[in-house]
Amino acid sequence: MSPSSLLFTSSPHIHAGDSIPRIMHTVILALMPATLMAVLIFGWPALLILLITTATAMLTEYLMMKIRNRPSPLGDMSAALTGILLALTLPPHTPWWVCVVGGVFAILLGKFVYGGLGFNMFNPALIARVFLLISFPVELTSWPQPTGLFGQKALSFMDSLSLITTGHLASGKLVDAISAATPLGQYHVVVGMGKSVREALGGDYVFSYFSAFTGFINGSLGETSAIALALGGVYLIRKRIISWHIPVSMFAGTLIPATIFWIVNGSKYPDPLFHLLTGGLVLGAFFMATDMVTSPVTPLGQIIFGAGCGLLTYIIRTWGGYPEGVSFAIVIMNATVPLLDQYTHPVVYGKAKKNV
Amino acid sequence: MGIVASVLKKFHGGVHPPGHKELSEHCAIEPMPLPKRLVVPFHQHLGAPSEPVVKVGDTVFKGDLLGGAAGGISATVHAPTSGTIIAIEEHVVGHPSGLTMLCAIMEPDGKDQWNPQLKGVDNPLSLEPVAVRDLVKNAGVVGLGGATFPSFVKLSPPRDKVVDLLLINAVECEPYLTCDARLMEERPKDVIEGIRIMLHALQTKECVIGIEDNKPKAIAAMQNAVAAEASQSAAAIRVVVLPVMYPQGSEKQLIEVVTGRQVPSRQLPIDIGVIVHNVATAVAVRDAVCFGRPLVSRIVTVTGKGITRPANMEVLIGTQVDDIIAHCGGLKPDIHKVVMGGPMMGLALHQTNVPVVKGCSGILALTRDESSGKPEHSCIRCGSCVNACPIQLVPCTMAWFAKTEQLDQLSKADLFDCIECGSCAYVCPANVPLVHYFRYGKLALQSKDREEKKRELTKQRSKLREDRLAREKEEKERKKEEMKAKMAAKKKSGKEADKQNPAAESGNEAQV
Repeated sequence: MSPSSLLFTSSPHIHAGDSIPRIMHTVILALMPATLMAVLIFGWPALLILLITTATAMLTEYLMMKIRNRPSPLGDMSAALTGILLALTLPPHTPWWVCVVGGVFAILLGKFVYGGLGFNMFNPALIARVFLLISFPVELTSWPQPTGLFGQKALSFMDSLSLITTGHLASGKLVDAISAATPLGQYHVVVGMGKSVREALGGDYVFSYFSAFTGFINGSLGETSAIALALGGVYLIRKRIISWHIPVSMFAGTLIPATIFWIVNGSKYPDPLFHLLTGGLVLGAFFMATDMVTSPVTPLGQIIFGAGCGLLTYIIRTWGGYPEGVSFAIVIMNATVPLLDQYTHPVVYGKAKKNV
Repeated sequence: MGIVASVLKKFHGGVHPPGHKELSEHCAIEPMPLPKRLVVPFHQHLGAPSEPVVKVGDTVFKGDLLGGAAGGISATVHAPTSGTIIAIEEHVVGHPSGLTMLCAIMEPDGKDQWNPQLKGVDNPLSLEPVAVRDLVKNAGVVGLGGATFPSFVKLSPPRDKVVDLLLINAVECEPYLTCDARLMEERPKDVIEGIRIMLHALQTKECVIGIEDNKPKAIAAMQNAVAAEASQSAAAIRVVVLPVMYPQGSEKQLIEVVTGRQVPSRQLPIDIGVIVHNVATAVAVRDAVCFGRPLVSRIVTVTGKGITRPANMEVLIGTQVDDIIAHCGGLKPDIHKVVMGGPMMGLALHQTNVPVVKGCSGILALTRDESSGKPEHSCIRCGSCVNACPIQLVPCTMAWFAKTEQLDQLSKADLFDCIECGSCAYVCPANVPLVHYFRYGKLALQSKDREEKKRELTKQRSKLREDRLAREKEEKERKKEEMKAKMAAKKKSGKEADKQNPAAESGNEAQV
């Protein structure tokens, strides 16, 4: 045995075997129910959007890694995860070039300008979505009603491909799917005109809690099916990829003020269940706010962070200029993470007051 | 009843590495045959190195003094067998930087003969406590759990401190290691005898032996021994069975689990009335007091998938790892790492011709698939390390400060509370060698501290010098002035003497 062949490194000499790729794979797996539901609810266009954002994100990552001379460019699958998450926040018929711009932005300006995975300040998928929303408001706020993957209203694959790439169907006609506001948008506009919640969500506008729970409502690809998202979220907690702190405190941050205002004035403020099941709250709480790189590492920090995300979401939804505030809320709270980490250190062994 | 909590407490964090004790737990303790050469370092303990008292060419009996203790916290070193000192020189030892250390090189004469003058005490409990401590001190007994702190210090509590509890650390929470478990299975009565002596030295009535529940045979053996001895003494010895959790064998964590109390930061267990000794140390104390035998051997677990024949061996201090590996059938071809100690806190060896020392509880031969060593990725802030840290530190932040040499931030980060248990690095998905960064950070802070003190001292010195120079100058000036004044006075008095009748003159002046 020649001495030099022995590995000489610091303790510990054994490892639990966890790895970054394993974490990314698990999160992607946890997103599968919501992704499948997106395709089932919104049809072929959803699949195309998913493919375009994911491919763009991975390609950008590959090029950046090559430029920076890093090994195993796509090994950790984090770019794929960013691409999927971005797609899930986009409207069902988003044009291809918006998807491409979003994918490149997420990886390039959301991640690599900071130094790559681990150093980014903001959730890459969300910062890209926020950029798209303020740059291309028309494309980002057109909400065709769910047409499904199968069935009479469903678009064929060729029609979908044509729609995403050219804006019209293969026959050259414009798509005749009915566009309507999302439930939050409907509430935002109608109650903003001084009417009641009942008037906003009744009459011509069709809204049921059951369809909001299963996902067959207007909205972004991956945000509508609360049940599919919750399934993935619980899986992540069970797998110990995320802890309960951020999701629970984020739900509380939105639902507690929602409950209070609803009790005080139920005709102006919708009930907490409406806030929970519509918009991106469930997607945000389980998959966006919990992004490891851009959330606090201390349990107390995570609770404050989650509560802040929830509260800002409620404030933007209720009094803001946009109907939905999850993306903005999380991105704003991302900026507070270094501070939260610094001021929420746990009490070190032997330093608790009761011991002294 | 007093200090021991009625319900075991759980400490924060911790990890569950696979035990792998099955590799060696069935292996009875066997003596390692006498090697051809022994290399006995003079510094095997925490504290000042011992000073050589033998010369090259001396023949010694087993148990003769080789190195005398230097200073308050130090330990003596003895000849592990009878034979000749053939050299006293620098030799490679298990050291994180691969440094050499002064060692006595011995050639055994093959008789392995104890010095016939070594005599034990028949009834140790009739000795004065201070006499017990002296016996332990002179026998060179140190903590055998790995920390190697001189044991007599922990048997000599300061007069103003009362020891409520002697806690025997038989947790053996490091994976792979089985030396303490085998010792308890095979020599439970000796353990109890050692504990009685320790209780006597400490003048304490209560003792808890903490054992993890993955060692049912050791637990049964100790419980039987305790029951058999229960009527003989007023002191109460109890076996407490603990659920498996790493690093429960860390002194601070064990105290928290058993007593429900934490040792205040930067204080010692004695400050909350607890003294912790390792179970093997108890046996070493018993051998020292009852037989007058110094600590010249210890039990070492030789294990890992990279060794041909795992074993628990009684090994003379100074036996080289090479010899032990050869005795156990050699290393397998896919060997990746050889570690001295446990896999979580042990020291990797880059060469195997180093001696077994008093703190060496195991020799692990790890293959590639059982050991870590993947390349480091940047931290993704997953927080696993925060959840695993038994001290409730924020390891990822501390490692970042150390890596980027932000020493000011680091000094505020409670780095010195870190016990280097390795739980954080064990769970880290990015393979960040956190403990490595902490050790580096501690050294960097210590050297910065030393430098600052040095600078401060230089400053003080130069200020003193300046002050002295200024004083001297002043003194000179003053003397000059005085001289001048004197000269002036002399001149004046000379003039006055010339004037002949000064009194009349002055009298006249006064009248004007």
